[in-house]
Amino acid sequence: MKKLTIREILLNAGALKAGEPVLLSGTVYTARDAAHKRISDLLNKGAKPPFELRGAAIYYCGPAPAKPGTIIGACGPTTSARMDAFTPQMLENGVKILIGKGPRSKEVSDSIVKNNAVYFIATGGAAALLSKTVIKAGICAFKDLGPEAVYKLEVKDMPLITAIDACGNDIFNRQANNDQND
Amino acid sequence: MRKIKSEIITMAVEELCALANYELPNDVLSALKAAHKKENVPAKNVLAQIIKNARIAKDEKIPLCQDTGTANFFIDLGRGVQIEGLNLYDAVNKGVSLGYKNNYLRKSILCDPLIRKNTGDNTPANVYVNFSDDDNIKITFLPKGGGSENASALKMLNPSQSWEGIKNFILQTVKEKGANACPPLIIGVAIGGDFSCAAKNAKAALLRKIGSKNKNPFYAKKEKELLKEINKLAIGPMGIGGKTTALAVFIDAKPRHIASLPAAVSIQCHSHRHKTIVL
Repeated sequence: MKKLTIREILLNAGALKAGEPVLLSGTVYTARDAAHKRISDLLNKGAKPPFELRGAAIYYCGPAPAKPGTIIGACGPTTSARMDAFTPQMLENGVKILIGKGPRSKEVSDSIVKNNAVYFIATGGAAALLSKTVIKAGICAFKDLGPEAVYKLEVKDMPLITAIDACGNDIFNRQANNDQND
Repeated sequence: MRKIKSEIITMAVEELCALANYELPNDVLSALKAAHKKENVPAKNVLAQIIKNARIAKDEKIPLCQDTGTANFFIDLGRGVQIEGLNLYDAVNKGVSLGYKNNYLRKSILCDPLIRKNTGDNTPANVYVNFSDDDNIKITFLPKGGGSENASALKMLNPSQSWEGIKNFILQTVKEKGANACPPLIIGVAIGGDFSCAAKNAKAALLRKIGSKNKNPFYAKKEKELLKEINKLAIGPMGIGGKTTALAVFIDAKPRHIASLPAAVSIQCHSHRHKTIVL
């Protein structure tokens, strides 16, 4: 499987094709809908977001608490569609990589193309396995949101599938194929 | 009358919280392994990750999914049992509070639907009590994540719509939202009853063993038919396409009012965690 760093993707997002599996390494920020709402409110007020959005990777995830002596608890993806209303604004402000699970709206897909970004999916419910790919974790913002706070994670070889590429090809956008069934 | 101290119930619930969240039931794991054999890449790879995840979670006591859910309890309370100490609801909630805190499970419950303030211990639990003739208490814990719960639906059909109407509603629900609910899915269906009990019965239907046959031959046939049609949708594991959109369909049918035909679909993700203990 292709190993890629976030830096490599930022330099050449267009090289990724929908359906392509990758092992991702680099810094990602967790944010669910509550954090998105707060970031959006800050941007609307002209205030500074809690982390640099330019070139950022956002992981839709609310981790379980870490046991003593571990880096992080279970940390799989949450449903991306809940962030759809906020995502175009995030992309307009420089976010380049989105990681979650499930299909996105047409508006998100269009904005991904416009901003030369990419949407990856991780396997939902594979949260114990995904926790093994986090090598560093710390709280970044909105601590009062508990599991919905923004965490800064350093990931190594996180298994993902390219779901919407920079050309707008979307793995969820396909017809049901009856031949798949026997 | 058999006396059971509420502390015993609390202890059992605390343990259930950990056991259910760390270990997939055997029938679910077997069904996932069978699906893995049948699937092609890339769906096969997704299922391989899910199976590997189950092993890591069990061995290292890490929650299978970070969403350790709303805590649902289905309790059969025997008529020959008297609970001493706290009442049943308080005893269960105390166990949830301890279980979620002591086992590093995610606390996902907010105090108020419109205010983002976490209760901090994943209470309150949903506690559904049935009465049995036994002299024991049977407690089943079903933690259920938000992603799959959001894909569930209930419809009050026109009784003349009959089975076809129900089938279309179920297929439409899976088609529209199934990809967001972490397929392969387990589908609990309740037909009949009324608005409130249909939703509960659909959720309770999820607790049947995968591979078990409906006792009613008519609904056994309908379950097979629905499973086949749902898999024909080819949503596949995590929605990326494939042969396995659902692992099982369980139908619960109940008497109904002459004017109403409620149908509820409780969608459950592949991380179908549940565990039962008898006291």
